[in-house]
Amino acid sequence: MRGHGWKWLLCTPALIVLLLAASGPLLIVAVYSFLSPGNMGGVSWEFTLEAWFRVFFRRDIFEPDLVEWNTAHLQVFWRSIWLSLQTTFICAFLGFPTAWFIATRPRLTRTIWLFLITIPFWTNLLIRTFAIQEMIRNNGTINAVLMWTGLIDSPIQMMFTEFAVLLGMAYVFLPLMVLPLYAAMEKMDFSLVEAGYDLYASRLNVLWHVILPQVKPGFIAGSILVFIPAIGAYVTPRILGGGRTMMLGNLIALQFGQGRNWPLGAALALLMLVVVVGALIFYLRVVGRNDEVRRG
Amino acid sequence: MARARFSITQLPGFGLIAIVTFVMLYLPIIILVMFSFNEGVSQSRWEGFSLQWYQAAFNNTQVRDVSLRSLWLAVTASGLATVLATLAALGTTRVGRFPGQTMIYALINQPLMVPEIVTGIALLIFVAAIKVQTGYTGMGYLVAAHTAFCIPFAYLPIRARLETLDHALEAAAADLYASPIQAFRYITLPLMVPGILAGFMLGFVISLDTVVITEFVKSAGQDTLPTYMLGQLRRTVTPEMNAIATLFLALSLVIVTAFFLITRTRGR
Repeated sequence: MRGHGWKWLLCTPALIVLLLAASGPLLIVAVYSFLSPGNMGGVSWEFTLEAWFRVFFRRDIFEPDLVEWNTAHLQVFWRSIWLSLQTTFICAFLGFPTAWFIATRPRLTRTIWLFLITIPFWTNLLIRTFAIQEMIRNNGTINAVLMWTGLIDSPIQMMFTEFAVLLGMAYVFLPLMVLPLYAAMEKMDFSLVEAGYDLYASRLNVLWHVILPQVKPGFIAGSILVFIPAIGAYVTPRILGGGRTMMLGNLIALQFGQGRNWPLGAALALLMLVVVVGALIFYLRVVGRNDEVRRG
Repeated sequence: MARARFSITQLPGFGLIAIVTFVMLYLPIIILVMFSFNEGVSQSRWEGFSLQWYQAAFNNTQVRDVSLRSLWLAVTASGLATVLATLAALGTTRVGRFPGQTMIYALINQPLMVPEIVTGIALLIFVAAIKVQTGYTGMGYLVAAHTAFCIPFAYLPIRARLETLDHALEAAAADLYASPIQAFRYITLPLMVPGILAGFMLGFVISLDTVVITEFVKSAGQDTLPTYMLGQLRRTVTPEMNAIATLFLALSLVIVTAFFLITRTRGR
């Protein structure tokens, strides 16, 4: 038998590119989070925990010994988590019936409906955010329609609010919820549903005790697939939100722009990574446990 | 009076929510496309059909520049990623488990798991350091960043295709005195083509859509179409932006449809 060398050889070119332009730079971020900020951006090579300190706390300008919570940052963290959870919930609320609708169509039309969900999934996120912007601007479609019908006299301010960010994120991430839910429903055993009805279960009971347990893995997968990009969102809150509704991604970017505090930005980026990896580990553990239950 | 037959697949209100969802999903895009053909500047009042905004987009040299740069970058990065992913797929598929395999999978899939903003600032830091050392400010950084980001997307369909290939075909070629190279050239490679094509197209679309990574890696004068649009969206937008977005959408739609058709015929 030949050794394993040739397998590694075939993978090496791809691994080199990935190490150089994806994984390696992440290690540099970790190092930078322990350095001091340079004057004009960049870093000066002095070890300090200041960046990590400033992620959560801040010192009084006049009395450096007076330490208080960095409420501005905490507010952004809370907004990121809260908006991401709300986005996940909205996507689940709309995505579950949608996936069900697709999964219960006849085979031929099912492909078409599925394709209709896949198209937005592969079209540019920026363009879809732009489409939402056009809808909710002060002189956008929604306000124009509402004013034309006479329901309102002056435009409702929707842009640059948390509502706008929420709407945009739910809109762009919805397919990520529908696709795994559909995959789970497609594999579902509908004879169990029939058995439920034969035993005089109500629709609600069948939904709760028969359907939901079967599609639970798809539910969890969809929630994770929506939650992770929502936590990492940058483009959508940048366009629809603005300065007062910043999310974590925008706060990170700010440190590399006007903020000129690269170590703080690096520390915040690592914090985001920790949240994302945490969500992934949670997902793997839950799914792993489900698999065990099924096999057992 | 005939009563509707009891259907086990029906749940009250689900159909309605689904239809509303589909309408909400497509309405903004349809309106965006519609107003790209508007005669006037308004994005909410229809003033008659016109192609003037497409004309404006075509005559805008900046738009032309960034579009060509985007296409060039997408072809280059996706092409490179496809070659690398094909090699990696050959190295990791249809071979028993080997030491380090999990690490290879983790590395290949890493760009899928890390938020783009984190990859973006990581590359910003790295590229800034290299720039100081070497003084090189060319397109190489963007090509490398996009290639790395495209590898997992190119790898998935290629690997999926390889896994469905029948070992017996290569064995038959060997029985007929084909050398391993001939067997690969005339049997394995042609059979891999649909997967490779699908991988290239996925990579192409991903590279074309990538905005955050490009935004942080690009040097001055290296705007791509998405970063150009991102910059423009902060100002007052005219339907010219709708026209650009519509063309962009049309391109994505063509590629996604082709991808759908290629991967669906896999079974045959």
